[in-house]
Amino acid sequence: MAEPATVERVERDRRRARPTPVGRLAVRWVVIAYVVALVLVPVVMVGWRTFEGGVGEVWDALRQPEVLHAFSVTGIAAGVSVLLNLVFGVGVSLLIVRHRFRGRELLSRLIDLPLSVSPVVAGLALIFVYGRFGWFGGALDSLGVQVVFAMPGIVLATVFVSLPLVVREVAPVLEEIGTEQEEAAATLGASPSQTFWRITLPSIKWAVAYGVVLSLARAMGEFGAVKVVTAGGVVGSTQTVTSLVEQKYGEFEQVTAYSASLVLAVVAVICLVVITVIRRKEQPS
Amino acid sequence: MSIVVDRISKRFGGFTALSDVSLEIGAGNLTALLGPSGGGKSTLLRIVAGLEHPDSGAVHIDGRDVTWLRPQQRDIGFVFQHYAAFGHLSVFRNVAFGLEIRKRPRDEIRRRVTDLLELVHLEAFADRLPSQLSGGQRQRMALARALAVEPRVLLLDEPFGALDTGVRRELRDWLRRLHDEIPVTTVLVTHDQEEALEVADEIAVVNEGRVEQIGSPELLYDRPASEFVMGFLGPVTRLGGALVRPHDIDLGAEAVDGAVPGVVRRVSRVGAEVRIEALTTDGTVVVHLGRAAAAGAPLEPGAEVWLRPMAPERIALGAV
Repeated sequence: MAEPATVERVERDRRRARPTPVGRLAVRWVVIAYVVALVLVPVVMVGWRTFEGGVGEVWDALRQPEVLHAFSVTGIAAGVSVLLNLVFGVGVSLLIVRHRFRGRELLSRLIDLPLSVSPVVAGLALIFVYGRFGWFGGALDSLGVQVVFAMPGIVLATVFVSLPLVVREVAPVLEEIGTEQEEAAATLGASPSQTFWRITLPSIKWAVAYGVVLSLARAMGEFGAVKVVTAGGVVGSTQTVTSLVEQKYGEFEQVTAYSASLVLAVVAVICLVVITVIRRKEQPS
Repeated sequence: MSIVVDRISKRFGGFTALSDVSLEIGAGNLTALLGPSGGGKSTLLRIVAGLEHPDSGAVHIDGRDVTWLRPQQRDIGFVFQHYAAFGHLSVFRNVAFGLEIRKRPRDEIRRRVTDLLELVHLEAFADRLPSQLSGGQRQRMALARALAVEPRVLLLDEPFGALDTGVRRELRDWLRRLHDEIPVTTVLVTHDQEEALEVADEIAVVNEGRVEQIGSPELLYDRPASEFVMGFLGPVTRLGGALVRPHDIDLGAEAVDGAVPGVVRRVSRVGAEVRIEALTTDGTVVVHLGRAAAAGAPLEPGAEVWLRPMAPERIALGAV
């Protein structure tokens, strides 16, 4: 038989149903401390150490020719690979969502591979294939095309590591919107390309934008794969910003290392803000 | 603008959706493809639209073989169960889509879309997005969008299936009136026999990938070609080994020629109709009586009654 409901009993049950204030506070503070120690403090430290010697010093450090060159290498590599990822990512998403073919599942899993493979391994793999003694390397070399230790290698390495990011954003949205709108467009007289530009693309645009920003953030920060395919990078030639930071830090040119790091961090934060805005826009539709 | 379906077969993997289906749909008619889900009626409609291709057989629209034409080359209008509204375009742009694709002049598009929005009573919603409309409004927009390109045939795939009963009935009446005004050859896929009986000039019953029977609603209801058709078009019960409709059974206290004895088990009233379950030696028989007929009948549970299928002339008399 149930206990009769008294004021005291209801009060007691209510207390038990809620976690104790002490427990709740403990969990909250552990999580906050964890995030602060791992993320906030290091990022703030980079900013703080950068400006220790004043703004002028940072400005001079960033204007060194090798630093500017490193930024242009990273910028070009990131830009080209994001563009490739955009076109290829949307194409692959359409292929694996809209078409049924043998090996579709395998392709879908392969796309995810770069997420789990170490970038260093990816870089080595690219050398095996495109290096002078690799599969295509010899043929490409005789045509005068150098891939490894050159810009194409950097782009390939960057594309490899950021390959899944656009696909993983776009494919689920394509799946969700289904084929009815596209079929409706076709019955109304639209050709496949008209249907893509007028119906499909507008429906997936925020997912595409999100994937592109993620790819950009990933491409700017890539280190391992690029380092392997450029053998560490040649200053003023194939050195990217991340390699430059490593090198300068090793040579005790801390201000240069910190300044370049800060620029990368700021770009990453901007990407994060853009992603947040896009997420909001994506929600209501 | 007739549609001729000639010996169409279609399989999806191991599942046979349509096997050797032939069908002729008259110009200007509103024809319903009626049947249970999974019976192949939607596949048939999608093959006519060009959204699927048959494994064998041919489709002719207005005498032209369209079997291998893409949907955009067929001059059709298609309405989907879940509206398939273009979510990023306003109601106006949705309806204008087909005309924009055809590169019609701007003022012609404006005129035509305005007319159509008036026809579907959405003129006040032209600038809204589809997400701001109710289901019924979205489906009316989809109909206007399909009609905008002046299709030779209009194909509707369970168009009212996702709507509430009230809206559904309203749109159904509206579709019938629309068809009387603009008599474009129309094919309606539905699993709702009431919808088909009420709206269609002609009904084709599709089941297990085959056409069971095609004809006018009266013919299918009164002279079904199979027990399946009879059972699908309305309620049935078994009396003395024969399938009859529950409202075609006479129930009385006295024994008459050809009557079967039974005992009343359950009586329930549903609106103007009284439904009786009676136990006979062959099993339970369901009888539906009107209020007037029920008033004079012995309807206490346990009462002994005599059940007799009404003679055809009796049905004719009842109709007067």
